[in-house]
Amino acid sequence: MSTILTKAAREQSPACAPAGFDVHSVRRDFPLLHVKVRGKPLVYLDNGATSQKPRIVIDALARYYAEENSNIHRGVHFLSERATEAYESARDKVRRFINAPSTREIVFVRGTTEAINLVSQSYGRAFLQAGDEIVVSAMEHHSNIVPWQLLCDQIGAKLRVVPINHDGEIVLDEYRRLLNAKTKLVSIVHVSNALGTVVPVKEVVRLAHEAGARVLLDGAQAVPHLRVDVQDLGCDFYAFSGHKLFGPTGIGVLYGRAELLESMPPYQGGGDMISVVTFEKTHYNVLPYKFEAGTPHIAGGIGLGAALDYLERLDWREVERHERDLLAYATATLREIPGLRIIGTAREKAGVISFAFDHVHAHDVGTILDQEGIAIRTGHHCAMPVMQRFGVPATARASFAFYNTREEVDALARALHRVLKVFG
Amino acid sequence: MSDLDELYQQVILDHNRSPRNYRALEGANRTAKGYNPLCGDEVQIYVQVEDGRIRDIGFQGSGCAISKASASLMTGELKGKTEPEARALFEQVHRMLTGEANGAEHEKLGKLAILSGVCKFPARVKCASLAWHTLKAALEGSGEVASTE
Repeated sequence: MSTILTKAAREQSPACAPAGFDVHSVRRDFPLLHVKVRGKPLVYLDNGATSQKPRIVIDALARYYAEENSNIHRGVHFLSERATEAYESARDKVRRFINAPSTREIVFVRGTTEAINLVSQSYGRAFLQAGDEIVVSAMEHHSNIVPWQLLCDQIGAKLRVVPINHDGEIVLDEYRRLLNAKTKLVSIVHVSNALGTVVPVKEVVRLAHEAGARVLLDGAQAVPHLRVDVQDLGCDFYAFSGHKLFGPTGIGVLYGRAELLESMPPYQGGGDMISVVTFEKTHYNVLPYKFEAGTPHIAGGIGLGAALDYLERLDWREVERHERDLLAYATATLREIPGLRIIGTAREKAGVISFAFDHVHAHDVGTILDQEGIAIRTGHHCAMPVMQRFGVPATARASFAFYNTREEVDALARALHRVLKVFG
Repeated sequence: MSDLDELYQQVILDHNRSPRNYRALEGANRTAKGYNPLCGDEVQIYVQVEDGRIRDIGFQGSGCAISKASASLMTGELKGKTEPEARALFEQVHRMLTGEANGAEHEKLGKLAILSGVCKFPARVKCASLAWHTLKAALEGSGEVASTE
């Protein structure tokens, strides 16, 4: 399972590949990477939509249902204790993964979308009022726009938008100008799903705090590529999804600073989030359970824990180096394709290349690539304002994970030449 | 012919490059806007109906080759047709695009049969049917944005 190469193996590896990370060995851990699609080896470049799962995650799900399935936090029996322990140990793995101070600050949710809605409806409705301002960027996913619009409609707050420049970078001067005494919350993407831009979130957080605003970071596309330390970033909330992080769908994480979570009202009511219920008054449970009403996605939490175990064993310096190499190679390769325009050319990027042809629509590109066994995403990537900003109806997006290879980039380039051949 | 070659036949590529009747009709008395929320494809259909017959028809919009070619071919076929004939054609095309029609039905569709390859690409059926749904909305005069959803 280890991806650290021996010295001998490193010396044998081709000069172009980064040393210390054997991508072919890593690929063996992911069963789905070895299927054939339309008679051709799958080239999976849709990791921004969801990632593939290592065997260890798939096995953890099966083992939970086969050997541990039980409800948690309530049974006195053997299985319930085991399931509870497995689920809570996953919470601690998440805590370590993002270097949060306490498991009380790790709330399991369905995904990034639910995490943002939780903050919007719990924190937002309790602490924001008419005339207050919420700041987002022009490259947010719809899930970091619509929950705030809903809140604005409910309480009469205003949504302000930080513009991005032509490379797809946040214009920090404009951001500074937007911040004022009315700014109560800044909710910004860490890595853009549509453009791949890495936002300088530490600076974003610092400036927001100076203005007295709280900050939520949407880390859905960041955690698969970068090591995240919430204490170092200084953010108040951090949200991400398990399924983009090589874990199961339906499980995600909201990190929130304990003092904020303590002060917030529950998001949903039900079992598990209470300590005492009478018809006169209900006392809520302690953190993080106050925000986890109902039976949670136990298997999902355990599966996410297994994904984090897997990631823990990788040498992240080498992973990041491999991904940087891959992105640089793919960018240079795609630039050679006649008529192809890369959308999103920020200096700091991770994992994503969005592109468009002048005369071929992204959907036609996607269909032709699919015939070659290549999976990419086409469309507006749930970021329609980004498409409007760059004046395109849609883009094609290749999004990478650490298990992708230069050979797969070459296959993508060959298929794009086929697109050009079809469309003349 | 491979599935892909069947989808992107020369006729379709030609209609994509130079769509016919690609204009806003000044004398239109029925119009509708169509939208595919999944991909952002948009089309606006303009129809001029006189005495129950389509005198003229045009379209504008943005979309992939399949949606553009489908709209272009549609406008060519509909000129001179009565409203019931247009509605019947909508049903036949819909059956073809979803793979329910047989070879004999394809033949009856004439030039439009070129779109029959779409049924092998389920993800693209909505691209091809967008203009037709929008036409139906225009003829019904519902005034609502037609959607493929």
